Amino acid sequence: MEFFIQQLTNGLAVGGIYALIALGYTMVYGVLKLINFAHGDLFTIGAYLGLTLLTALGLTDRMGPFGVVLTLAVMVMGLVALVGIILERAAYRPLRQSHRLSAVVSALGASIFFQNAVMLIYGARYQVYPHNILPKMAVSLMGLDIPLIRILILLTSVVMMVMLYLFIQRTRVGTAIRAVAIDQGAAKLMGINVDRVIMIVFIIGPALGGAAGLMVGLYYGQINFTMGWIYGLKAFTAAILGGIGNIPGAMVGGILLGVIEALGAAYISIAWKDAIAFFVLIIILIVRPTGLLGERVAEKV
Amino acid sequence: MTRKRIGLYAGLAGLLLVSPAVLNAYWVDVLNNVGLYAILALSLNIILGHAGLFHMGHAAFYAVGAYTTAILNTSFNIPVLWLLPISGMMAGLFALLVARPIIHLRGDYLLIVTIGFVEIVRIALINNIFGITGGSNGIFGIDRPMIFGFKIRRPHEFFYLIWFFLAVTVYLFHRLENSRFGRALNFLREDDVAAEGSGINTTHYKLVAFVLGAIWAGMVGTIYAAKMTIIAPESFNFWESVVMFMIVLLGGSGSIRGVILGAFLVIGLPEIFRGLDSLSAFLNQTFAVVGLNVDFKNFAQARMLVFGAAMVIMMIFRTQGLLPQLPRTYPLHKLKAGRGAK
Repeated sequence: MEFFIQQLTNGLAVGGIYALIALGYTMVYGVLKLINFAHGDLFTIGAYLGLTLLTALGLTDRMGPFGVVLTLAVMVMGLVALVGIILERAAYRPLRQSHRLSAVVSALGASIFFQNAVMLIYGARYQVYPHNILPKMAVSLMGLDIPLIRILILLTSVVMMVMLYLFIQRTRVGTAIRAVAIDQGAAKLMGINVDRVIMIVFIIGPALGGAAGLMVGLYYGQINFTMGWIYGLKAFTAAILGGIGNIPGAMVGGILLGVIEALGAAYISIAWKDAIAFFVLIIILIVRPTGLLGERVAEKV
Repeated sequence: MTRKRIGLYAGLAGLLLVSPAVLNAYWVDVLNNVGLYAILALSLNIILGHAGLFHMGHAAFYAVGAYTTAILNTSFNIPVLWLLPISGMMAGLFALLVARPIIHLRGDYLLIVTIGFVEIVRIALINNIFGITGGSNGIFGIDRPMIFGFKIRRPHEFFYLIWFFLAVTVYLFHRLENSRFGRALNFLREDDVAAEGSGINTTHYKLVAFVLGAIWAGMVGTIYAAKMTIIAPESFNFWESVVMFMIVLLGGSGSIRGVILGAFLVIGLPEIFRGLDSLSAFLNQTFAVVGLNVDFKNFAQARMLVFGAAMVIMMIFRTQGLLPQLPRTYPLHKLKAGRGAK
């Protein structure tokens, strides 16, 4: 039972990270119908920026552990959002009217660019996060010791997701985002500035992805320039699992995928850990192609 | 096809044919890789370019072919070239099995599932599935191909094998494009529903496209295994599929000449960058002026960076690829008297 709970909490934490990345995919897909292949690399950039800021600014000496992480998160999210805006301007906006596959190739190109830029700047080796940022505490929960960082990651990601959900559902800008996702042309006719909405999506998505990168750095302690690929793929799987374009779907899908993966690795086979996500994906798409929460869309004739 | 264009192609083919005589082994090997990727991309072109199915898992079929060859050759000593059709069949069979349940998926869903397949295949190979794939070390000691008692060993010799195979592929695929089958694929790419309404069994045609592409990729796997004599799961990762995908779309999907040009650019161009060491010194200085301390030890390190940026720029300014598919023409002189033109 203890083993099960440990794996479950681990899965929930990882799932929270997947969900944050998946939100970036699903929001971009919602408004642009584009798989943003560079999103995984924005996540990597977030992880590396976090490391740089941490070592360069020496924040640990000036504030407590939580203050450090909070400041860091805000800075990383801001910077990655900036990269996201530039990405959209340079690589996606000129292609908005062209065939969808061209935008996919452009996204792949941007991904290659970012990945190699990170490699050239930071080197190809694994980089290690300083491990004394957060105190190595464990929270006692029903007689079980659960590392504090797991709970923090899950809590933070859930808080971010709830905030995002409220933002999308309750504010004017959120309504505009939903409108653009449903029908860009009609939204434009209603006086919505579509370009601005897309820019906002490219602020929110990368910011969440950057935060996820920082979390991975803090959780696993080491980062690599190629890690964006596999996290990106799994997060995209999570987005499909929940129903792509659907924001609560990405959250449910991410957390579910994290849990399935952690339990699968623990009880089935650790060697097949990375394949589990894809098996789940294939089964979901064969049985229910619109994902768990995706609504059935009538096929256009 | 105009006479001028035939002349151009003949000239290029002639140039290619004599190139091993003047190039060293390294560059001939680069040309061999270009040839292999050109064939792979042509086989993907049937699925992606002609049928319009977003398929990013072609490396899985390639892997099945290469592993079939490696296993049968090392365990039963069957000559490599005899395994060419068998590997193709195995890859085709595998494609039939995996594509059948997912063939109805559209666009991006198909894309992500095929990505999933290629990852599952790679992980299965690493985990030594059925105990025959040799785990992450792969399989080594694969024989060289023999033709009439002549053993193909050096890059110069492989060059002719690979480019002969490419020539055969181009001929057959060109015929296929202009056949009823090729027209049906193009129709369902342009409009799935209209094609179905015109009596085209779309599921059947999509499946055949998948299987055909897979058979060809499997046969390339055989040649690859014989060329390397050692194969490992890492040679068939997701990145390989992405490379093939890029070749087709950069070159011009649905166009044979475009795909071959794409193979030259995607595989050959980074190798050319590798030679430009003087650029690295220049770039070091430039970046130092801006204040970024980036070390381009040699330009080879930065070549993928340039390549990624080039892909983005290319898509913005030439969306349809470098040499897109030409519109279908019907030569009037082929019309029989009394039919059609009245």
